[in-house]
Amino acid sequence: MAKMNLLQAINNALITEMERNEKVVVFGEDVGHFGGVFRATSNLQEKFGKDRCFNSPLTEQGIIGFANGLAAQGSFPVAEIQFADYIFPAFDQIVNETAKWRYRSGGQFSCGSLTIRTPYGGGIHGGLYHSQSPEAYFAHTPGLKIVVPRNPYQAKGLLLASMRDDNPVLFMEPKRLYRAAVSDVPEEDYTLPLGKADVVEEGSDITLVAWGAQVEVVQQAAAMAREDGVSCEVIDLRSILPWDAQRISESVMKTGRLLINHEAPQTGGFASEIAATIQDKCFLYLEAPIARVCGLDTPYPLAHEKEYMPDHLKTYEAIKRTMNY
Amino acid sequence: MNDRNHLSKVSSTTSVNIIEDGIVDIPMLQLLNEDGELLKGAVAPELSQDQATRILKTMEYIRLLDERMIAAQRQGRISFYLACTGEEAATTASAAALFEHDMIMSQYREQAALAYRGYTTEQFMNQMFSNRLDPNKGRQMPIHYGDKALNFMTISSPLGTQIPQASGYAYGQKLQGNDAVTICYFGEGAASEGDFHAGLNMAAVLNCPVIFFCRNNGYAISTPAEEQFAGDGIASRGIGYGIKTIRVDGNDALAVFIATQQAREIALKDKCPVLIEAMTYRLAAHSTSDDPTGYRSKEEEAKWRLKDPINRFKQWVIGKGWFDEAEHEAYITKSREDILAAVKTAEKVAVCDIDDLVNDVYDTVPWHLEEQLTHLKTHIKKYPDNYPKTSAEVK
Repeated sequence: MAKMNLLQAINNALITEMERNEKVVVFGEDVGHFGGVFRATSNLQEKFGKDRCFNSPLTEQGIIGFANGLAAQGSFPVAEIQFADYIFPAFDQIVNETAKWRYRSGGQFSCGSLTIRTPYGGGIHGGLYHSQSPEAYFAHTPGLKIVVPRNPYQAKGLLLASMRDDNPVLFMEPKRLYRAAVSDVPEEDYTLPLGKADVVEEGSDITLVAWGAQVEVVQQAAAMAREDGVSCEVIDLRSILPWDAQRISESVMKTGRLLINHEAPQTGGFASEIAATIQDKCFLYLEAPIARVCGLDTPYPLAHEKEYMPDHLKTYEAIKRTMNY
Repeated sequence: MNDRNHLSKVSSTTSVNIIEDGIVDIPMLQLLNEDGELLKGAVAPELSQDQATRILKTMEYIRLLDERMIAAQRQGRISFYLACTGEEAATTASAAALFEHDMIMSQYREQAALAYRGYTTEQFMNQMFSNRLDPNKGRQMPIHYGDKALNFMTISSPLGTQIPQASGYAYGQKLQGNDAVTICYFGEGAASEGDFHAGLNMAAVLNCPVIFFCRNNGYAISTPAEEQFAGDGIASRGIGYGIKTIRVDGNDALAVFIATQQAREIALKDKCPVLIEAMTYRLAAHSTSDDPTGYRSKEEEAKWRLKDPINRFKQWVIGKGWFDEAEHEAYITKSREDILAAVKTAEKVAVCDIDDLVNDVYDTVPWHLEEQLTHLKTHIKKYPDNYPKTSAEVK
C-alpha cells in the first residue's frame, strides 16, 4: 500500500498497464515530456519512450480519430482529452465511430481496446468551459462504456479494468479531487469491476446514488441526516454505462426511497434514466417520489458556482423532503 | 465551375515527380532590426506620431497590466490570468491597422487589441473580478473579455471555434455592405483544430473579407511548434486553401502594421480572406496554471527577451524624434497607479444578482428555470451563511 492522490493513482495504473502490455500507447495534448497539464502522465515518456507516450497536435477530433484507427489496428490507445469541456470536436468520432465500429462490421473490427481519459466537473472556479460534466451526452450512445472513479483506490482499479475491457471506455476523472483525494492504494496490479455499483455506506431509510466527486457530497448529507435519525444507504454508481440497475433496485426495495445527485444539469441528466428505470422496477416499493439533486438547467456559472452546485445542504434538504413525503 | 478549380488549369507531366516539402519558401516581412532601426531598403508605413505613440503606450500598458495581474493572481485576488508578454506588437499593431467598425474575434491572448480599442482599466478589472459591472455578467473565467461597443466579440475558451465563425461574420458584413472586415486571432496550436481548416476553406470558397491572424508563438501550452506541425508553419496552409498570405515578424510592430493594413485593403477590395502569420514567441507562461520550466530552457527565453518587441518599436519612435521621456514616464507611473486602484475598487463590487444565474440562457426565462430559481432562493434563505455572495439579496 502507498498513499496516493487521484493523479498518482492514475499515473500508477498507466505505468502498470504499459509495463504489462507493450501495445498500450498514451497520447493527447501536452501528455508527453510535460506529463499533461495535470501531470497524470508524468514520466511515462521517459520510461516508455516517445513512440508510446507523446504529445498530439491540438485537435480533439484528430486525437480520437487517430485513437480509433490505432485501436482497430490492434494497439491499445489511451487517449487524453485535456478537459471534458473540449471533447465535443471529437463527438462525431466517439459517437459515430468509436461506439459503432464493432456493430457496423458485424464484429469483424472494433475499437474495444480504446480508453479515453478526460477530467470533468466543477468546483474549481473554472466557469462554463472548465467545469462541465457531459456524461449524459455519451450515455445516449450504445456501444460505449462510461466509468467514473470517486477516489484514488477506485481510480487505479477501474482504469486498469477499463484499459483491459474489450469495449471502448470513456473514463471520466473528477478533477476537483485530483490532488484533494488521498487514499491507500495497492502498488500491485488489481482491477475493479465495470458495470457494478459500490455500496459506500449501508442504510435502511433512503438510497443516495452519486458518482465521482459528488459521492463525498452525498456522504456529507448522509451524515447530517443521521443526526436526525435517518439511515442512508450511499451508493457510488461507478459505471454510468452500462449501469448497475440491479444493485440500485435491491437497495431501493429495502429502503423504499431514492435520491440521485449529479453536477450536470437536471434536464436529460443521467438521474432521469435512473429514476425511470427504478420506478419501473420498484414501483410498489416506493414510499416517496424519486428525488433528483442536480445542477441547474443553465451553463455552468462562475460567480454563482456555489449557488449552482448540488451541494450537501441541497441534498440534505431533499432527503428531509423525501422522508417527510 | 470557374478557372480556379477547373482541371484545365492543371498541367501534365510524364515524369513521376513527387513534390517534396520545403519547395515553397515563404519569407518573413521585417522592417526594423532588433535595435529598432529601419532595415536597408525597407519603407516604413505611413504612421502618424499619434498612432505611433498610441501603439507604444498600449504595448507598455499591457505589459504592466500583465505583470500586475499575475501578481494579483499569486496573491489570490483573482483565480486565473493569462499574459501576452513578448507578443504585444503582434496584437497591438494589427489592431491599430484596423478601423473601429471592424470586428475583432480573438482567441484569448489579445488583450492588447482590446486596450488599443479603448477598453479601460476599470473594464478589464470588472471582467477579471467577475463583478456586476462586467457586461458579460461575471460568467466566465478572468481574461474572457467581450465588448459589443468596441466590436470585440466575447471570448470562448474552446480553441479555434472563432475561426469559422469569423468567416461567417465577415460574410454577413459583405452581404450587408458594411465596408468592414473581421479579424480573427488564433495561435499556431489552434490551427491544428478542425475548425481552422473548415474556417479557412469556407472563407476562401465564399469570398469572405476576413483577416486570419495567426500568432505563431512557438508553444501551445507545453507543446513546441515542431510537435504541432511538420510543414512550413501556418502560412503555407493559406496558400493551400487558395488564400492570399503573408508572413511577418510578429515582434516588429511596423511590419505587422503594414501587413495588416494591406490585408484589410485587399479583403475589402477583392472581397476575400487574407492570412497573416506573425512569427513571435510566448515569453509568458501559457497561463498562471502553467510552469514553463517543465518544458523549455531559460537560455531559450533569454534569447527571445533580446528581441523584445516593445523596446524595438520604442527605439524607432525615439529615432523619429516623437518620444517624450518625461511624458512617457508620467504615463507609466499613472497607469501603474490606475491598475492598483482599479484592482482595489473592482474586487469590492458585488457579483450579479442571483437572477442572472438563469438570465440569458434563452431570450426569456422559461418556466423550468423560473421554478429552479424560486427553489434555489428558498434554499439560500434557509442557509444564508453558506451562500455569502447572494444571501443578502434573497432575505
